[in-house]
Amino acid sequence: MSTPRTLFEKVWDRHLVTAEEGGDPALLYIDLHLVHEVTSPQAFDGLRLAERPLRRPELTLATMDHNVPTTDPSLPVEDQLSAKQMDTLRANCEEFGVRLLPRGSANQGIVHMIGPELGVTQPGMTVVCGDSHTSTHGAFGALAFGIGTSEVEHVLATQTLWQARPRTMAIEVDGQLPVGVTAKDLILNVINEIGVEGGVGHVLEYRGEAVESLSMEGRMTVCNMSIEGGARAGMIAPDETTFAWLKGRPHAPSGAHWDAALEDWRQLHTDPGATFDHVVHLDASTFEPTVTWGTTPAQSTSVNGRVPHPEETRDPDQATRALDYMGLEGGEAITDLTVDRVFLGSCTNARLSDLRAAAAIVADRPVADGVRAMVVPGSTLVKTQAEAEGLDEVFKAAGFEWREAGCSMCLGMNPDVLAPGERCASTSNRNFEGRQGKGGRSHLVSPEMAAAAAVHGRFVDVREDPRAADARAVR
Amino acid sequence: MDPVTRISGLMVPLWRADIDTDQIMPKQHLKKVERTGFGEVVFDDWRDDPDFVLNDERYAQGNVLVTGPNFGSGSSREHAPWGLQQYGFDAIIAPSFADIFKTNCAKNGLLTVELAQDEVEALVSLATDDPSAQVRIDLPEQSVESAAGVFHFDIDQHTKHMLVHGLDPIALTLQHREAITTYEAHRPARMPVTNA
Ligand code: SF4
Repeated sequence: MSTPRTLFEKVWDRHLVTAEEGGDPALLYIDLHLVHEVTSPQAFDGLRLAERPLRRPELTLATMDHNVPTTDPSLPVEDQLSAKQMDTLRANCEEFGVRLLPRGSANQGIVHMIGPELGVTQPGMTVVCGDSHTSTHGAFGALAFGIGTSEVEHVLATQTLWQARPRTMAIEVDGQLPVGVTAKDLILNVINEIGVEGGVGHVLEYRGEAVESLSMEGRMTVCNMSIEGGARAGMIAPDETTFAWLKGRPHAPSGAHWDAALEDWRQLHTDPGATFDHVVHLDASTFEPTVTWGTTPAQSTSVNGRVPHPEETRDPDQATRALDYMGLEGGEAITDLTVDRVFLGSCTNARLSDLRAAAAIVADRPVADGVRAMVVPGSTLVKTQAEAEGLDEVFKAAGFEWREAGCSMCLGMNPDVLAPGERCASTSNRNFEGRQGKGGRSHLVSPEMAAAAAVHGRFVDVREDPRAADARAVR
Repeated sequence: MDPVTRISGLMVPLWRADIDTDQIMPKQHLKKVERTGFGEVVFDDWRDDPDFVLNDERYAQGNVLVTGPNFGSGSSREHAPWGLQQYGFDAIIAPSFADIFKTNCAKNGLLTVELAQDEVEALVSLATDDPSAQVRIDLPEQSVESAAGVFHFDIDQHTKHMLVHGLDPIALTLQHREAITTYEAHRPARMPVTNA
């Protein structure tokens, strides 16, 4: 009998070009390298400068997402710097033979949407990208993590990376999520529990009944935010849900390859008796709709809770500064907080089921007076599918803006930004100071909670809305 | 890359936990296609505050940033270490760093030094009380010397070796070309390609 191994260990072991030896890290083979316009230009420049070719262009896929305006793609990009970055990506992809999904193409989208949609993200693979939310792809049982531009260049040149072996942490979530409580609430509760630094140096494996019950889209939401707990990667063992989701996708294996793949993928789970360096236990049935009140994703509480006073928190100095930035004093009921903006978007929560669930909450109700709300689908494919279902009409009738796909106000590199002091219910993943616009105040929530905030003009407990059950049904 | 061995100079104290890369290099400065021009805009949004330490003339010559735990969390943007380095920092001392940020620093020869929290706090106090206090970091010896004492730090030996000798990681990896080719020969044929 071989030694029991965790999911991570199995994926790690099968990618060793050279194993760890002495003080040297392992050389890990990379199966898929995703590229976008912001973190790649200097890497391509480096290759040119050293006259190095790209080793495996056919394992590389590029898109435009961070900078793209979310208005009509047939119009030119007004911001000249953004335009130049997009043009540079186009030229680099042409020169080095990389497939590009540019602005305006049917498959363009946020870099973490397109891999799964096309089926190039598959169980047991290694996936990297010059973007910290690469952890999203771990939802398929892949080992997926973000890298910086120097490492982007390294992967382009060698299709490998030097990596010290991380430690492992099991996040066991038992029980079932109550109606009105979603994958987003689950991961916000995990981060609240382990803290923003809790996962540093670790790969997380999300396990347990609540995780197994999630759809693929919910699993992507969870793995996406692993980095907000400090972990570079989060993984979920592939199962029938995963296989059903992948089957028939453009780049998924077919015929005999599908059968071989399936046989292999079924091995990708943590063996009984395998051990983790750390184990965290949580009970999903106790989770409530969750809202962040501060400037890190760990600073969150139940929608029925109150903004804490600094002295009630783990780090009073940090909380004081966060409250000051957020325009809060401590002690306010979350449901007393009014919002100016609602952002339904990002690689965390802008997939089809997110839009369906939000639309179920919104249907036939107008956005509250004074609130500006927008939907930015995560990919052009999601946008097309949503329009085929008429979701765009539901949102537009309510007064939402319906946009083209991209990162948009998740980080505000394009024209979509918060004005100073504006308070926003956002389905994205970071509430850092200035993240969505200088001086902007972001509260991270689920799509259901964001939709309810749009309708009521303040945070409300979506569980009290009879439509919460409809939203659950379409997830 | 230039070798990194001994760094001496002045400290800039910035005691705060979880400083993320959105603060170090705000997104409005990520639109460049070059590696240069980031020094002037490091911590750009915070520089509106006249009390921010980088606006304090007494610390204008500082080349060692001394800061709080989990420094560099969040986005993988390498523009953050580029900015810190181009501003004039040669090293950053903190109780802990975020993973991707730490790797990015190493690739650029920006030394990250992890000390115990009370040691970092001692350095912060020293630099706060006396902006002219000298600090000396010795990478081969793995030590930080100042009027606050001599502190030892741990660093993984591979990173240390790369830094001390100023090695190009890609050139090093290409020495393993054969092993990579052998590995590739054994990849299952069903593995996806992006151009099919
Ligand atoms: S949507 Fe936000 S988090 Fe996701 S890749 Fe884009 S900027 Fe990053």
